[in-house]
Amino acid sequence: MSKMTMVQAINLALRQEMANDDRVVLLGEDIGRDGGVFRVTEGLIDAFGPERVLDTPLAESAIAGMAVGMAIYGLRPVCEIQFSGFAYHCFHQLESHAARLRWRSQGRLSVPMVLRAPYGGGVRALEHHSESREAYWAHTPGLKTVIPSGPRTARALMVSAIRDPDPVVFYEAKGLYRAYREEVPDEEEIIPIGRSQIVREGGDLTMIAYGAMVRPALEAAEELRASDGVETEVIDLLTIAPLDDTLILQSVTRTGRAVVIHEAPRSFGPGAEIVTRLMEGAFYYLEAPIARVTGYDLIIPYFSREKWYIPNVRRIVDAARQTLTS
Amino acid sequence: MPRSDIAVTDSLESLSILDEHGNLDRDLEPQLSKARLLELYRAMLLGRRFDERLLDLQRQGRIGTFPPIKGQEAAQMGAVFNLRPSDWFVPAFRETAAEIWRGRSLESIILYFNGFNEGGLVPEGRKDLPIAIPVGSQVLHAVGLGWAARYRQTDEIVMTFFGDGATSAGDFHEGLNFAAVYQTPVVFVCQNNQWAISVPVSRQTHTPTLAQKAHAYGMPGIRVDGNDVLAVYAAAAEAAERARSGGGPTLIECVTYRVMMHTTADDPKRYRSEEEVAQWQQRDPLPRFAAYLQQKGTATEPQLAEMETGVMEEIQAAVDAAEKRMGELGDPLAMFDHLYAEMPPQLEAQKSALARELADGGKEVDDE
Repeated sequence: MSKMTMVQAINLALRQEMANDDRVVLLGEDIGRDGGVFRVTEGLIDAFGPERVLDTPLAESAIAGMAVGMAIYGLRPVCEIQFSGFAYHCFHQLESHAARLRWRSQGRLSVPMVLRAPYGGGVRALEHHSESREAYWAHTPGLKTVIPSGPRTARALMVSAIRDPDPVVFYEAKGLYRAYREEVPDEEEIIPIGRSQIVREGGDLTMIAYGAMVRPALEAAEELRASDGVETEVIDLLTIAPLDDTLILQSVTRTGRAVVIHEAPRSFGPGAEIVTRLMEGAFYYLEAPIARVTGYDLIIPYFSREKWYIPNVRRIVDAARQTLTS
Repeated sequence: MPRSDIAVTDSLESLSILDEHGNLDRDLEPQLSKARLLELYRAMLLGRRFDERLLDLQRQGRIGTFPPIKGQEAAQMGAVFNLRPSDWFVPAFRETAAEIWRGRSLESIILYFNGFNEGGLVPEGRKDLPIAIPVGSQVLHAVGLGWAARYRQTDEIVMTFFGDGATSAGDFHEGLNFAAVYQTPVVFVCQNNQWAISVPVSRQTHTPTLAQKAHAYGMPGIRVDGNDVLAVYAAAAEAAERARSGGGPTLIECVTYRVMMHTTADDPKRYRSEEEVAQWQQRDPLPRFAAYLQQKGTATEPQLAEMETGVMEEIQAAVDAAEKRMGELGDPLAMFDHLYAEMPPQLEAQKSALARELADGGKEVDDE
C-alpha cells in the first residue's frame, strides 16, 4: 500500500499492465518524453521504450483509428487524448468502427482498445478543456464508458479496461488528478467494468454520482447527517455504460428517495437514464420525486464563472432536503 | 536571407504495360506463370460475372442496394494478387472481386447485400477486414495493422483500398502521414474511378493527380493505368516488396472508371454523359487481358469459354445456397449477437422482451 494521487495510480496501472503483457502499447500526443500534459504516462517511455510509448503526430482521429487497427491485430492499445474536448475527432472511429467491428464481423474480430481522456472542469483551463460529454459515448452501442472517482478506483478500473475484450472510453476527472492522495495497493486490484459500488451507507436517501461528483456527494451526505440527522447512501457508478442498475435499484427500494448528480449538462444526460431506470424498477417504492443536480444545459463557461456551473455541496444538500420534505 | 530552392521529392511515374489497343511493353511485362495468369484472369472474370448477377438480383428485388464494381476488376485484382494469405487486406466497399479472391464466399456477399449480418462473417484464418462504408475511415486501420505487424517483427504487409473521393477525407491524410512517420508496411491503393457519386475527380482535388499526394507525406507515389492489370500488378508488386523489406508505405493511384452507378440507388444519367461511359467501356480491362492471354498462348478461346462456364456455375451454386440459407436465417433474436464479448444485463433484458413478443404468437412486424 502506498498513498498516491490519481495521476500516479493510473500510471501504476499502465506500468503494471505493460510489464505483464507486451500487447499493451500506449499512443497519444506528448505522452513519451513529456509524460503527457498531466504526467500520467511519466517515466513509461524510459521503462518500455518508444516502441511501446508512441508520441504520435497531432491527429486525434488517427490516434483512434490506428488503435482500432492495432487492436484488431491483437494488441491492447491505450490511447491518450489530451483533453476530452478533442476526443470528438475520435468519435467517428469509435462509433463507426471500434464499437461495431465485433458485431460487423460476426464475432470474428474484436477491438480491445482503451481511449483515455481527462474530462470536467475545475482546473481553470481554456475553452474545450473542461467539458463533460460522457453521454455521447454512453449512448453508443458497443462501447463501454468508465469514469473512476479517485486514485484507487482509477487504478483498479484501468486494469479492467485494458483487459476488457471490447473498446472502453475511460474518462478521468482532471480536477481529481492531484486533488488528494489515497491508499492504493501495490498488488493487483481489479474492479470489474459494469459494477457500481456503495461508498457510504444510509437508509434515508440515496445519492447517485460518479467521477468528480462523488466527493461533493459524500460531503453533502456528511452535512446532512450533521445538520439534519439524515443517513444518506452514496453510490459511485464507476461504469456509466453499460449501466449497472442493481445497486441503485436495491438502494432506492430501501430509501425511497434519490438525488442524481453529474457535472454533464442536464438534458439527455446520464441522469436521464438513471432516473428512468429508477422509475421502471422502483417506482412503487418512491416517496418523493427524484432530484437531479447537474451542470446547466450550457457550454461550460470560461473559468471565471465555472464554479457557478459545476454542481457543488450546497446544491446537493438543497436538492436532498427538497427530496426529503416532499 | 535570399530566396532559394528547397529540394523536395517531386518525381512521379506513370505506368502502363498493356494498353487498350493491345500494345505490350515487353521490358515491363511482369513474369507470371501460366497458372498464375489464369488465376488472375479467372478472379477478374468471376468478379465481373458475379457483379452482373448481383445487379440482376437487385433489379429483381432479391437483394438490396449494392455498389457495382464493373470496370474496376483490374485495379483491385492486380493489386491484391500480390498479397500472401498472411498479409492483411483492408477494403472499402467496391472491392468485391478482391474480397472473393481473398476468400470471402459469394454466398456471404449475397447475404450481406440482402440485409443479413451473417454475411459479414470474416472467413476463418483470413486477415481481412469487413467492408468499411464511411469513406476513407478504413485507411487508419491499415496503418494500425501495419504498425502492429512491425511491432511483432513479422514480414506481413497491409493493403488498403479507397476511392478518389476518399482522398479528400481527413482520415486519408492522417493515415498517410502516420504511415510515413512510422514507416508502416502499408500499400495504399486508390481506385480513382473518376466519380464520387456525382462529383468528378476534377472537383475533388485541384492537383492533376492523386498519386502526387504521397509526396506531401514523404512516401513514393505512382499512377498506373488501372484498367491494365499487368501495370497494376507490377506497381503493387514493387510497393509490396518495399513494404515487406522495411521500405515503408506507397500510394498507388489506379486510374480506372466506375462504369455503373455508385450504388443501385444511384442514377448516373443525372450527372454524366453516356458518351463518356461509352469511351471508357472501350478501355474495359477484361477483353484487354483476355486478348493478351490468347496472344501469349496462355489460353485459347475455347479454354476461356470453358472458364466462363465454370464461373457461371459457381455463381449459380452460390445464389442457390444463399437463398436457401436466407430462408433459414429468420430468427430476429440474432440481432443481439456479437455486440459485446459478454452481453450486458440490460441487453439480456431487451432480448428477452423481444423473445416474449415472438413467443406471444409473433405480433409480426409488418414490412410495409
